[in-house]
Order: sequence, then structure tokens, then C-alpha cells
Amino acid sequence: MVDPVADPAADWRPSQVQRERDEWRRRRTLRSAVVAAVSTVLLLGAVGGAVVSSPGWQRVRETYFDWDKAVSSFPAVLDGLWLNIRVMAICWVLILVLSLTVAVVRTLRGPVAFPLRLLGTAYVDVFRGLPLLLVIFLLGFGGPALRLQGLPTSPLFWGGAALVLSYSAYVAEVFRAGIESVHPSQRLAGRSLGLSYGQTLRHVVLPQAWRRVIPALMNDLVSLQKDSGLIAVLGVYDAIRRAQIETSLDFNYTPYVVAGVLFCCLTIPMARLTDRYARRKGYHGAGGHL
Amino acid sequence: MRLTPRRSSPPLRSPEQRRGDPENSELLRLEGVRKSFGDNVVLRDVDLTVEPGQCVVLIGASGSGKSTLLRCVNLIEVVDDGVITFEGRDITDPRVDGDEVRSRMGLVFQAYNLFPHLDVIGNVTLALRLVHHVGADEARSRGLAMLERVGLADKSTARPDDLSGGQQQRVAIARALVANPRLMLLDEVTSALDPELVGEVLDLLGELKDEGVTMVLNTHEMGFAREVADQVCFLHDGEIHEQGTPEQVLGDPQRERTRGFLSRIRA
Repeated sequence: MVDPVADPAADWRPSQVQRERDEWRRRRTLRSAVVAAVSTVLLLGAVGGAVVSSPGWQRVRETYFDWDKAVSSFPAVLDGLWLNIRVMAICWVLILVLSLTVAVVRTLRGPVAFPLRLLGTAYVDVFRGLPLLLVIFLLGFGGPALRLQGLPTSPLFWGGAALVLSYSAYVAEVFRAGIESVHPSQRLAGRSLGLSYGQTLRHVVLPQAWRRVIPALMNDLVSLQKDSGLIAVLGVYDAIRRAQIETSLDFNYTPYVVAGVLFCCLTIPMARLTDRYARRKGYHGAGGHL
Repeated sequence: MRLTPRRSSPPLRSPEQRRGDPENSELLRLEGVRKSFGDNVVLRDVDLTVEPGQCVVLIGASGSGKSTLLRCVNLIEVVDDGVITFEGRDITDPRVDGDEVRSRMGLVFQAYNLFPHLDVIGNVTLALRLVHHVGADEARSRGLAMLERVGLADKSTARPDDLSGGQQQRVAIARALVANPRLMLLDEVTSALDPELVGEVLDLLGELKDEGVTMVLNTHEMGFAREVADQVCFLHDGEIHEQGTPEQVLGDPQRERTRGFLSRIRA
């Protein structure tokens, strides 16, 4: 559209009015930044000062923020965290597979699929209703005691199974919401081209649904990272259990703080990654700007 | 094809009142307006003057900058250079409150952009209640009067999805008009409509023009431009290439590109 010979963009120089506007905008941005910086420093300073000058601060610092204790417990807690990371990674893959299956089953139509739908609905209802800790107790302590043929008896296996079963019920609902948010006309367009039900689902509906629910999925992943610590109750040597052991040596709670900081180091980058991904996808909806 | 009977409606001022505003003879003035998106210069050095009660029609090929011009006037887009004066005030000054300026203009979109979660009367009265702080009862009666004005009094509780395209667009016009804006901006308002529904919307616009509503719109409906416009501007490459009365621009175009565009439209 633009004819580079008639009016090269490089030839254009802002008018006096525009330069004044730009200058005003620059000044306003600078002023906002200064105000924000100063008020942040003041607020943090006030809060920090209030905490440090309070009478119990000395004891709090010794109990929770003992540097030597932190250094000495760090290797053990980090070692435990590695277990959390592995549990989380394996469980997440299984959760995605199971939950997508359940979601697809729940969106099947027609009377033939009724038993499947019923099964999927019952599963989601039950496992969303049960507290995660209860499922971990049930499977983690009950599972190994069954000595089922062919299944391991390690608490790690059964704890992971509890996480997968519980989380899949939530994530299935996220997927289902995504699938149902794809407009029916998309399904229709796919079928009109001769694609089968399954092909339409696989190549038309799911790719769109997937993109829409990624922010919600990332949210659940962040949540799983923390909840992988719950299997500590089964006596598995994860970060929390290791911190507990370190703490029990001298009743200094710094190892828990170390574990907390490490978990945050995992989840905070994940949360930022989620934000960035959602922004990059840039879903404006129909409204456009403003 | 007049589907709606003519009737005077309370919120609109008479043409004499609108045209006779003594303080300024011009309602809107664009001077040297420039807007680019990255390297793509969409508007370059656009000058335009709109007087109260006038209907200005922008024509031109897609991508010639018609919609961007309307969006710049509505302050949805921030101009790169130039001055837009509305009611005697420079609205491109960054110190100006854009929301306040927009509350005195009405903008209607090609795709209606009605709120699907609200019924028709809810769409029409939303800004009255939230922006203009009109009480619920008065907002409702003004909204109903405006719906009657556009011939949709019986649809006030319908959902936008249950209406035809022409009806939705008339609701959108009512929504933009109900707060009595000084200027209506209409962006390709009939382009998404089936041909048999275009007439009802264009008839409504013609009536609004007769009532003295100031309008700037872009359209491909040359018949409408010929009949209703006071001023036709042909945009090409982000510039107003030719400008004048409909008789001049549509009937006797002077520039080569204008002739080319018009012959393609008529073909």
C-alpha cells in the first residue's frame, strides 16, 4: 500500500506540536517511575523497619533465618527437591494423558457413549470431592499393604498415583471447558470437509481448545509442583521430609524456610513463564484494544 | 424503503439547534494527521473539516486508511503527528481525558460489537448509567425511546444473538446515539449485512442526518453517499486524494485514481 518513492517514512520529521507531546509523555513516564520507586522504597523500608525493630525479632531470626543452619541443611533439602522435581515431571505427563482422555470421553455425544460419559463424570465427581491428602493416605498407606501382583509396593509409586488420580480430575475439567469453548461451527466445518468425528476432534477442535486452556494448565502445573511435597507424609525422602529431619536435630526451623525458598524458586519462574506465554498468544477476544 | 415511521424523539436536538451552534462553526477539524503502524504509514498529512449537521462520507479501497481515520478521531489510536480539534479543543493533546472525549462521540462498528451477555435495553443503557450517571428509570425510558426511534421497541428484552444483522446494527446505532453525542462515527456499518438488510440501516442513517446528527462514516454504498453526504472524501494511500460534494467527487472526479476506484466499485 505504501509507495516508498512518494513518501519515504524516513523523510518524515515530527512537527513542533508532536515533539512537545512526546516530551510531555516522556516527562510523565519519568515522573511516574520516580513516584513508584520512591513509594516502593518507603513502603518496604517502613515494613522492614517495623519487623526488625519489633521485640521478638531476635528470636524469630534465630529460629527461622539462621544462616549457618541454612547452609548446613541446604544439600539435604536440595537432594530431596530433586525427588519432587522427578515426581512432578512424571506425574504431569500422566495427568495430561489421563485428563485429556477423561475430557474427551465426557464430551462424546450420542446414547452409545452414555456408559463412558457416566464413568468419566463419576470419576471427576469423586476425585474432585476427595481431599488430596486423604487420597494420599488411602493409596500411599493402603496400596502397598494390598501387595497386588505386578504392582510395586513403594510409597513413592502409590503417592504418585494419588497425585495423578486427584489432579487428573481437575485438569480434565479444564480440558473439557476448552473443548466446549470451541464454537460448534468449527466442528461443522471439519465434518463438512469429510473429516471423521475423531479427525475433527484431533485436528480442529483440540488444537484450538489446547491453546485456550494453556494458561489454566500452567496454573495447575505450578500447583502440582507444590503439592508434590504432600507425599512427604508417606515417609518419602523429598524436600519437605528432608527439611523435617534436619529440623528435628535441634528444633531450628531454618530448613523449612530453605525448602520453601527452593519451592518458590521452582514455581515463580513457572508463573512468569505462564504470564509471558499468555501475553505472547495475545488473546484480545472480540473487543480489540482499549 | 422506510421501515420506520418518522417521529421526533426527545433526546435529539432539532437540526436548527445543532446547525446553529454559535460558538464554533466547525465541530471537528483534522490538521496534518499522521498515523503509522511500524513502517506502514496508514495516514499521512490528513486535513478535514466537519461542520455541525454535516454528513461526511469517506470512500476508498480497503487499506486506504478510512477506518484508521475514524479510530484516530475516537482516540482509540494515538496519532503520530497532527492536531485533531473537537468542539474547539485539541483532543490529541496527551493531557486530554480520552474517556471524556469518547463519551461525547458515538462509534458504530462493522461487526456491531454488541455485548452478548446483556439484553438489548441493557446494551443501550449501559453507558448512560455508568458513564453519564443517569438514574436507572430515566436511562430505561431514554433507552426505550431510542429503541422506538430505530424501530426496535418490541425487542428491548431480546438478546443480541436472537436478532438479525440489520436489527443488531440498529441496536448498535441506538447504543451510540442514546447519550446524545455531538458526533457519530460509523465504520463500515453495512458491510457485514445481507443486501436486503442494508436498506433498513441506511434509511435510519438518512433520517438521522435529516434530524441534524453530525456523522463521519466510511462505506462502499455509493448510492447512499450520493444521496446523503454533504462532503465526500476519496482516500488513497493514507491521503485525502480528492474531496468535495458528492456531485463533484462521484459525478465528475478530477483525479485518475478516483476514476479508477469508482469504475471498479461500479463494475
